[in-house]
Amino acid sequence: MRTRPNWIAGAAALLWLAVVLLPVFLMLRASFESQGTYLANGPIALPTEFSLDNFARSFEIGFGRYLLNAGIIALGTVAIVLILVPPLAFAIVRSRSRTVRAVFRVLLIGLAVPAQVVVIPLYFLIDSLGLFDTLLGVILPTAAFVVPLTTLVLTGSMREISGETYEAMALDGAGSVRTFLNLVLPLSRGGIATIVVYTALNAWNGFLLPLILTRSPEVMVATVGLSQFRQQFSVDIPGLLSAVVLTIIPIFVVYLFARRALVAGLTGVGGK
Amino acid sequence: MPSAAPRARRGTTQARRVGQHEAGRPGAVWALPAALYFVLFALLPLGFAVWLSFTSYNGIRLAPPRFIGLENWTRLVADPVVLGSVGTTLTLVVVAVATQVPLGLLTGVWAAGPQRFRAVIGALYFIPLLMSTAAVSVLWSSLIDPNFGLPNALPFLFGDGNLLGDKGSALGVVAFIYLWGATPLYTLIFQGAARTIPLSLYQAAQLDGAGIVRQFFSITLPQLRNTIITVSILIVVGTFTAFDIILILTRGGPDNGTAILPFLMYEQAFVSFDLGYGSAIAVVLVVLAAVVSTVMVKITGYADMAGTQEGI
Repeated sequence: MRTRPNWIAGAAALLWLAVVLLPVFLMLRASFESQGTYLANGPIALPTEFSLDNFARSFEIGFGRYLLNAGIIALGTVAIVLILVPPLAFAIVRSRSRTVRAVFRVLLIGLAVPAQVVVIPLYFLIDSLGLFDTLLGVILPTAAFVVPLTTLVLTGSMREISGETYEAMALDGAGSVRTFLNLVLPLSRGGIATIVVYTALNAWNGFLLPLILTRSPEVMVATVGLSQFRQQFSVDIPGLLSAVVLTIIPIFVVYLFARRALVAGLTGVGGK
Repeated sequence: MPSAAPRARRGTTQARRVGQHEAGRPGAVWALPAALYFVLFALLPLGFAVWLSFTSYNGIRLAPPRFIGLENWTRLVADPVVLGSVGTTLTLVVVAVATQVPLGLLTGVWAAGPQRFRAVIGALYFIPLLMSTAAVSVLWSSLIDPNFGLPNALPFLFGDGNLLGDKGSALGVVAFIYLWGATPLYTLIFQGAARTIPLSLYQAAQLDGAGIVRQFFSITLPQLRNTIITVSILIVVGTFTAFDIILILTRGGPDNGTAILPFLMYEQAFVSFDLGYGSAIAVVLVVLAAVVSTVMVKITGYADMAGTQEGI
C-alpha cells in the first residue's frame, strides 16, 4: 500500500544484497581457477578460467570421504528423529497426561541449551559406550539436540488438524495407533518434510560434535575437513574455496527441491 | 483392535460422549521414547557436567574422573583469562544483537513489501544460510587473508591488512562473519512476521497523513515487538556457535582477544586435556543459557500458547 517509492530503503537493501552476493561470486569464480590465475588477477576479478582441477584435487586428498561421512550422519540423524519425534508431537497435541505436559516444558527449556555446553560429558558418555571415533557416536547426540525444535515445529503443524476430524476418527472406533497412522501422519506431511530438511541441514553442518567425538580421517566430516584444510593449505585459496563449494552443493539441491520445507523449518524457530 | 466393533448401543448419549472424548487420545507412553532419548543424551550430560566440574579428569579412560572438591571453582573465580573471556563473550553478544537485529529488521520489513522484485531479492538474501558456519568461516578467512585476499587488493580500505593481528579488529571480524552468516535467518523471520501485520493499520495511518518513517515507528515496530525479542534471544544463544568461526579463524587469539567462553571451554578440555576445569566453564555457560531460555519461555509465552490450545 505504500504509494511513493522508498529510495533510501531500496538503496540500503541493494547494498546489503551486494555484501551477501559478492563473496559468494568471488568464491565461485576462484574455485574454478588455478592458483596461478588467482594470484595474477587477485581476489576481485571477472572469470577468465573454467577448470575443474581444484574439485578433482579435493577428491584426491580424501574430501569425498568426508562428504560421504557427513551424508551418512545426516541420514542417520533424520532416521532417529523420524522415529522419535512424530509420536512425541502427537502425544503433546492430543494427550491429556500431565507427564506429557511436563515433557513438553522440559523440551522448551532444552530449546535454548546449546550442544556446546554438554560436549565434555558427551565425550565421556560416547567414549564409555565404546562409540568414540565412530559415525554412530556423532549421530546419537546430534539427533538429541534437534529433538526440541523439531518437536515444536511438528506440534505446530499437528495442531492445525481440526478437532472434528479427530472426533470422526474416534466415532469410527479408531484407537490412538490407528488415529496416528491414518490421520495424523498423512495430514502433517508438510511439518514432517520441514523437520526432515531442518534435521538433515543441522547434521550436515554440524561442527563441534564431530570435531570432539571423532579423530581418524576415515570418520571425519566435511566441516571438520574444511577447517583442517584451512590450516594445511591456507596458501591455496582456490583449492580451499572449491572444497567450500562442494559442501554447499548438496544443500543447494535440497533448497531447489524443497525450498518451502527449508524456509518453513528455518522460520519455525521464531515465527510466533 | 477388539473394540473396533460398532459404537452403537453403548448406552446413553452422555456416556458415549465421555468415551468419545478419550478415544484415540495417546497416552504418556507415546512421549516416552523421545523423552528418554533426550534425557540420556542431553539432560543427563548436563547434570554430569556439574559433577565433572568437581573432579580432575584428563579424558583418558584408564584414569577416571577423580573428585577434588572445589578446586576447579576456586581456580575459576580467580582466573583472569576466564574473567576476560566473560567480558569478550558479553561484548560479542552485545555487538551481535546491536547489529543483527536492526539489519534483519530493516531487510526483512523491506523484503516483505508487496512488489515482486522484493520477494526475489529476499530469496537471494537467503544464500548464506545454505552454508555451514565452518564454510562461511573458511570463505571469509580466504577473503581477508592479508597476502592473497581483499586487504592486499584494496589497501586503502584495510590499512596494513592484518585484521586478525589486533584484539579489537579480530573481534570485529568475528562479529562481522557471524552477522554475515546469521542475519539472513532473522531477515526471513522478520519478513514472515511483517507480512502478518494487517494492511488496514497502514491504510488508516496513511489517511491520517503519517509518512513512511512514522508508519515504521508507530506500526511496524510495535507490531513486531515479540519477534524482536525472540530474534534477540536467538542471537544471544547463537553466539555460542560463533565458536566455529573462532576455532577456524583466530583460535582465540590474538592474546585471548577472541576467546569467548565456549572456545575457552574447548581449549581447556580438548587442547590442554583438563576436562574438569573445562566442565566448570561449561557450567557457567549452562547457567547463562538457562537464564536466557527461562526468559525466552516467559516473554514469548510458548508454554501458555500450548496450554490454551490443549484439547481444542
